[in-house]
This record gives sequence, C-alpha cells and structure tokens, in this order.
Amino acid sequence: MLAHSKRVERRNLRAGLLFSLPALLGFLLFTAGPMIISLVMSFTDYSIAKPVSFVGLKNYVDLFSGQDIFFWNSVKVTLIFALCNVPACLVTAFLIALLLNMKKLPCLPFLRAVFYIPTIIPIIATAMIFMWMMSPDFGLFNYLLELLGLPGSGWIYDASSVLPSLLMMTAWCSGNIMVVFLAALQGIPRSLYEAIEVDGGGQIRKFRHITLPMMTPTIFFNLVMFMVSSLQAFLQAYIMTQGGPLNSTNYLVYYLYRTAFEFMEMGKASALGWVLFVIIASLAGLMFYLSKYWVVYGDER
Amino acid sequence: MKKRFFGARRALGIAGAFVLAAMWLTPFLWMLRSSLMDMTQIFQYPLVFVPSPVQWENFPNALTSLPFFDYIRNSFTIVLGCVAGILFSCTLSAYGLSRIAWKGRDAVFYLLMTSIMLPYFATLIPNFVIWSELGLTNTYVPLILPSWFGVGTASVFGGGMFNIFLLRQFFRTIPPELDEAAFVDGAGHMTILLRVIVPLSKPSLICIGLFTFLNTWNDLINPLIYLSKENRYTIQLGLRTFIGMYNAQWHYLMAAALFAILPALLVFLVGQRYFVEGIATSGLKG
Repeated sequence: MLAHSKRVERRNLRAGLLFSLPALLGFLLFTAGPMIISLVMSFTDYSIAKPVSFVGLKNYVDLFSGQDIFFWNSVKVTLIFALCNVPACLVTAFLIALLLNMKKLPCLPFLRAVFYIPTIIPIIATAMIFMWMMSPDFGLFNYLLELLGLPGSGWIYDASSVLPSLLMMTAWCSGNIMVVFLAALQGIPRSLYEAIEVDGGGQIRKFRHITLPMMTPTIFFNLVMFMVSSLQAFLQAYIMTQGGPLNSTNYLVYYLYRTAFEFMEMGKASALGWVLFVIIASLAGLMFYLSKYWVVYGDER
Repeated sequence: MKKRFFGARRALGIAGAFVLAAMWLTPFLWMLRSSLMDMTQIFQYPLVFVPSPVQWENFPNALTSLPFFDYIRNSFTIVLGCVAGILFSCTLSAYGLSRIAWKGRDAVFYLLMTSIMLPYFATLIPNFVIWSELGLTNTYVPLILPSWFGVGTASVFGGGMFNIFLLRQFFRTIPPELDEAAFVDGAGHMTILLRVIVPLSKPSLICIGLFTFLNTWNDLINPLIYLSKENRYTIQLGLRTFIGMYNAQWHYLMAAALFAILPALLVFLVGQRYFVEGIATSGLKG
C-alpha cells in the first residue's frame, strides 16, 4: 500500500510538472531569467553600440549621489503620482460601485458598460481625447470653466496642473477596479444587512458595520494591484507630456525607457529597473504587513 | 416619514449614477463631435457643439494618410498568435497547478504569481537585448512567443501570468469527483482536461481569450520597443505616428481615435458578460 502511494505521488509529480511546464519555462525564460540578467547588467556599462565592461556599483552611485540630475526628481514625482492616483481611482471606483449596487437600479447593464468601456479602449486613443479636451485655447474643459466664470487652466501643459489633469484621466479609466468592487458588494450576504435592520439600524450603520468591513479584502486586493501598476506609469508621460512640463511627469519607468532606448544606456536603465523593483517590493511588503490591522477576513469558506 | 426620506435618498442615488454616467460619456461624445467637423468649426470660439455640415470625409482622409489597414492586419497577426498561445499554455499550466496534487505545487504557483509584482520594464531591457542579439527584432516572434509560455501582454488585468491565476481559480471550483470518475474509467490527464475540464470552463477560456485580445490589440509598449520598420507597425504604433504628423489637426486625430476604439468596443460588446464574470472571479481571494 505504502509503495503504491509512493508511486502515485511520483507519477503525480511528473504529470503536474509536465502540465505546468509552459508556465515554468515562461517564468524562467521571460521573467526570472531576465530579472537576473538585468541585475548583472546593472553593474555594467552595457550599451548596444560599444563593448561591455563591469563598472561595479557605479550606476547606482551615480543615481543616488545626485550625479544624475534627474533621478531623485523622478523618484519623487513617481511616488507622488502613485500616492495620489491610488486613492483617486479607488475612491472613484468605490463610489461608482456603491451607486451601481443600489437595489433595482434602472439600466444597470448600460451604466456598468459606460463606466467600464474606458478601460478597454487603447490608452493612446484615451490620451488623444483628453489632450484635445484639455487644449488651453479650444478645449472643452476651459470652455466649461469659462461658462462658470472661472479662470482657464493650462491642464497637462502646465507644471502646476499636470498631476490633477492626469488623475482625471486615470480616474475615468478606473472601470476595472469598479467591476471588482461591484462584484464583491453583490457578494455580501443579504442576511447580514437584515440583522442590522432588525436592530433598527439605518443606512449609515449598515455601511459602517457591514459593507466596509466586508469589503476590506477586496479593497486590499485593489490597493496592492493598483499601487504596483501606478508606480509603473509610463504611457501618459510618453504620449501626453514627454516627461514635462519641467520634468514634473518624468516618471521612473518613462525615465528608464528614455535611458534604455533613447540614450542607449542599458546598464544604467537596468539599475533604474532594480531601484523600481525594490520600491515596489517594499511598498507591497509594507501593505501586506499593515493589512493585518485593518483587513477583515471573515469565516473562510 | 422615514419611508419618504429613504425614497429621497434613493432618488438622489439614481440621479447621481446618471450624472456620473453622463460625465463618463462626455469624452466619447466630444470625440464623435470633433471627428465630424471641419477645421474652421474645430477652431471656432465660443465652441460649437453640433457639427454642421457633417464632415464624413474626415474618416477616409485620416485613414488613407497612413497604411492603417496594413497596420490592422499586422495587429491581427500578433493578436491571433497571442490568443492561441495564451489559451494553449494557460489551460495546460492551470490544469497542472490545480487538478493534479503534487508536492510543492502551491509554492510553485505563488512563485509564478510574484511575476505580477515585477516591474515590466525591468525585464523588458534584458528581453530586448536577448531578442536583438538573436536578430529577431522587427519580427513578431518577441511579441508572440512569450504567450506560448503563459506570459501575456502586460496590463493590470489579464497580463503576465494573471491568466493562469484566473483559470486556476476557475478550475478549482469544478468538483474533483468528476475527474476522479473519469480517472477510474481509465482516462489519462489529457483526456480529462479535454473532455471534462475544458468543456466546463468555456466561459473562463473565452474570458481570458478576450482579455488577451484586448491587451494585445491595445498594447503600445512591446511594439514600440521591438518594431521599428514601418511595414511591421501595429495599429497603436500607427496612431502614435499619426499624432506626430497631424499635430493640432484635431478633427483628423479624433477620427483616427474613433477608428482605433471601434474594434475594442466591438469585442467588448460581443463578450460583455464574460468580462464582467472574469473580473469578478479575479477579485475572489485564492
């Protein structure tokens, strides 16, 4: 019997590995392998044009010592963008999900589609539309401000307003998060709300004592996923602002892209990639650590 | 009294939902309005809201300035290669990671999932260097091949190894008795996968197929890095070039944007229910 189960175990191991092989190879060839190569590259002056030599920690020293005049600013604007973008999009998405979760809301499929579609269209088209609406002279936004008697804004063309302008666009594209929230809201058992109703509690108590705690695992999931993607903001900077005005959108990934593919300094760009990786990993780690203080895991099914 | 108050709040909520929806639709309507105007109407102030006369010529004019239909064919080639690859590799891997009990399986799964946290550009540089050393830049190989190993086009949802996560999540909801019964009947893993699991998982497979379609169709980063020859351009690269060429000719730019949105919109409307289901699955804890 024991020998038999050993044999089954070995057979399962072989079958399991064989079936998982595409993903295992993909992980080694396209993810883990390249990560290690990029770590090695970050200690070299690799550039497509000239022979490679090891330079030790030079790339990192250049970045951290301020030798590279763009680096610290780039870290700063990336962190500020992520710290503003995550709450802006999560709150927007949560609010919309709460509204769509109302009992017997008319036209729900239509409304859900309206809020979701911005996330599935090419971001380059989204960027074009917002650039046009934000045009200082003939854009819709400044026209509306003028109708309200307010002064116009430079939107993405002005260093002081570029961040909120980009947040407007990313919040418009937060439909993915909204759908996750909505699904979780719909998954909260009715019986919990009924318990509060029996106690004579109103909407606010329902929200505070049922909805919010029941939603914390989903909020946490969205928070981590969206933090990771916000720290990798690239396309807005590439298409709309080219890192400007005054380097205010020179996000790390955009700076990395330019370093690698415009200035062809692959070694330094790899170092930037690793700095970004450490930032993302430590923030994600911090979030996981803090999660035990506020995420409510109910009875696991 | 209390009842009426509740009714007022509800009315307010519904009004809020529709006001927000109107705000969300505005960019689309503005694009449509601008794509049908001529140059003088575009730059008329105060702004006009309804195009008159309607300039249908903007579409042919914008779309013939670059070989957009070639770009679309290129995009489709890549998209089909990636969708087929993802369906193949993720079905096999998700089966191996959920339906077979082997030592270390869950640890391997979590290791694979760490790739979702990795900054995409950090791996892009070594990948680019390798592909260019192999002389395969300006081919579709670097864009398609990773899909055959479970690595989808990067995106927040449905990119990287996320498809495997999604599919495994679904496979685990299928009762184990089903394949045990087939196993007793002498069926091998491949038969169980093809005869039992795949037919039951059609909605999830369609969902990751659609996600892969959209992520690949909308992807700008990979084509930007790997394709520099114009005859290889995808639709997104074409659009980027177009922005440079028609800088400030907003009626043409909006016509092109509308054209670029249509395929994604069509795919979404056809498969709407699978998207919503798929994203909902991804939010479950696993």
